[in-house]
Amino acid sequence: MTTATETAPAPTPTTLPGKRAPSKFPVYLGVGLIALIWTVPSFGLFINSFRTPQAIRGTGWWTVFDEVFDSATWTVQNYTQVLEGGFGNAFINSLAVTVPSVVIPLTVAAFAAYAFAWMDFPGRQVIFATVVGLLVVPLQMALIPILRVYTNFELNSTYPAIWLAHTGFGLPLAVYLLRNYMGSLPSSLIESAKIDGADHFKIFTRLVIPLSVPVLASFAIFQFLWVWNDLLVALVFLGYNPAVKVLTVELSDLAGRGEGALSLLPAAAGVTMILPLVVFFSLQRFFVRGLTAGSVKG
Amino acid sequence: MSTPPVSEKQVEEVRPRPPTEPGSQDHRPQVWLLRVLSALVVPAVLIVFFFTFEFLQRRDLNKLLQVSIALVVGVGGIWLLYWGMDRAISAMPDRAATAIRPFAFAGPAMVLLAFYLVYPVVNTLILSFQNDDGDAFVGLANYERIFTETTYLVSIRNSVAWVVIVPAFAVAIGLAFATLADRLPRRSEATAKSLIFLPMAISFVGASVVWTFIYRFRPLAFGEQIGIMNAIVVSLGGEPVDWLATPLWNNLFLMVILIWLQTGFAMVILSSAIKSVPDDQLEASRIDGANEWQVFWKITVPSIASTIVVVWTTILITTWKVFDIVWVMTGGREGTSVVAQQMVTEFFTFTNDGMGSALAVLLFLAVVPILIVNVRRFREQEATR
Repeated sequence: MTTATETAPAPTPTTLPGKRAPSKFPVYLGVGLIALIWTVPSFGLFINSFRTPQAIRGTGWWTVFDEVFDSATWTVQNYTQVLEGGFGNAFINSLAVTVPSVVIPLTVAAFAAYAFAWMDFPGRQVIFATVVGLLVVPLQMALIPILRVYTNFELNSTYPAIWLAHTGFGLPLAVYLLRNYMGSLPSSLIESAKIDGADHFKIFTRLVIPLSVPVLASFAIFQFLWVWNDLLVALVFLGYNPAVKVLTVELSDLAGRGEGALSLLPAAAGVTMILPLVVFFSLQRFFVRGLTAGSVKG
Repeated sequence: MSTPPVSEKQVEEVRPRPPTEPGSQDHRPQVWLLRVLSALVVPAVLIVFFFTFEFLQRRDLNKLLQVSIALVVGVGGIWLLYWGMDRAISAMPDRAATAIRPFAFAGPAMVLLAFYLVYPVVNTLILSFQNDDGDAFVGLANYERIFTETTYLVSIRNSVAWVVIVPAFAVAIGLAFATLADRLPRRSEATAKSLIFLPMAISFVGASVVWTFIYRFRPLAFGEQIGIMNAIVVSLGGEPVDWLATPLWNNLFLMVILIWLQTGFAMVILSSAIKSVPDDQLEASRIDGANEWQVFWKITVPSIASTIVVVWTTILITTWKVFDIVWVMTGGREGTSVVAQQMVTEFFTFTNDGMGSALAVLLFLAVVPILIVNVRRFREQEATR
């Protein structure tokens, strides 16, 4: 996130001493205000998830500050209740959907990206230009035809169906990112490996893949967050079948149940968010690098 | 797809130059046959394997075990498949191997892309000219309804409002925050950024639930307000408002959720762009007597203009395709529907495939200009190597 070219703090006393020293306060005020507004919604949800159902339904989460040290205020019963009431199961389903939906496109795209970057074949440019075009095609374009095929072959509500769908939808970005990265590796490196007698497969596995770990990690995080947080694809191809229902579908279902389910919503939302937040913050470095690698250059 | 696609498009400094090898441009039919076959093997084996595995799964195999198997196959199995293909090709004469190998590497991805994206685009176009059961052609009837019936006109109006408002606010707030945070000490900057960044990890559904507790409405007689906005209104002596049922305004309240989610993305990208603005330029204009406001508008903004355009476009596309927020918060009722959500409502809830397809095509046509610009820019960059 922070680069080597860190800008010096705005007030540079050497040039204009008295004039800019007081300008720090508005900066802190502005940053603090935006950060506060951005944090309050999630903070409120977090507090609410540990309150008793009556309290959640009866009063706002901010009233908790009157009784913070009262042990009767806090409870984990919402969490146990949601986990037993379908969200535990849905968590495992989400894992079962997400992990292969990240790994398969990553592998398929890595091979393709290598071919686009370091092999010569007819149609290479045209096909890659098509991949660039496919980057912005809305998912909605794909849903009806794929659903029809799946229905014909009775593949709806199966894991492989959604793995392959997520693979297909994730491939344009994966191929694009990986090819650009792999293509920027020095060609002398590849050439000298060739002279040493390595074939393409060996160069790919021993040289290019280890060198591409940062971009592979970036894509893996993108794809993980995207698949885990996806509602649309899961809703259409897996639906409400409890055997394969994922967290987002379960949560949107609960949110649609109105007042009765209100007290369970904060804990349920918490369960759906915990893993992406952990992944996101522990691997933030890779994520940010992936985001900025492309866009800042121009 | 979430945010990244467009943001990456400027990476095109990269110009790989694969060496021309003998045989790589071989166009004999038997070579092409082998090429196509080699592209098909991996996807075919994957599909066959996965769906046999699917039958196993139906016998109540432990779920964690299933995931483990899938993972082992996902990583190990696919590598093994590619490796096997490569061995088989290496057994061929050199010229043929060089001609066919790229297709074993890139082919599986192309086959999957062709099935999951190219074929559906064509098929959806055709379906959009058919009736809702897909058994008769109706010409432009679906499109005619989109541009005459109130339901669809409202969705289009709202979608346009979304793509005008959301990117503007997300970029403006993101830019303001990045600029301000840049002046903080390093550690405070990182902490402050993380707070804005956090919503990026949250699903649209999760975010909708978060904001439920902001917008919640309860008539005065039914007890205390648990939504923070109404609590504030009531404490100031006002009447509680059902924010999400107040036409026109409710659209804005839904947009706020997406702005909340997308600002972090804008902030991160713009922040690193700001840091790459040369210090001496900033200093020079300060010495010339420009105040911070002028420095920002005259130096910083022009130097990061291209990044702003990229971020803006990326958020615009995300906004245009947003479905989850409306689906969860209002289901499109009270005049809040947008095209992306209306499309799902048509084909998923009402099984109106013709109408759903026509709406999908509308979504697609709107991004075609961006698609063309991206492809053209890519080709230019490839040409000027």
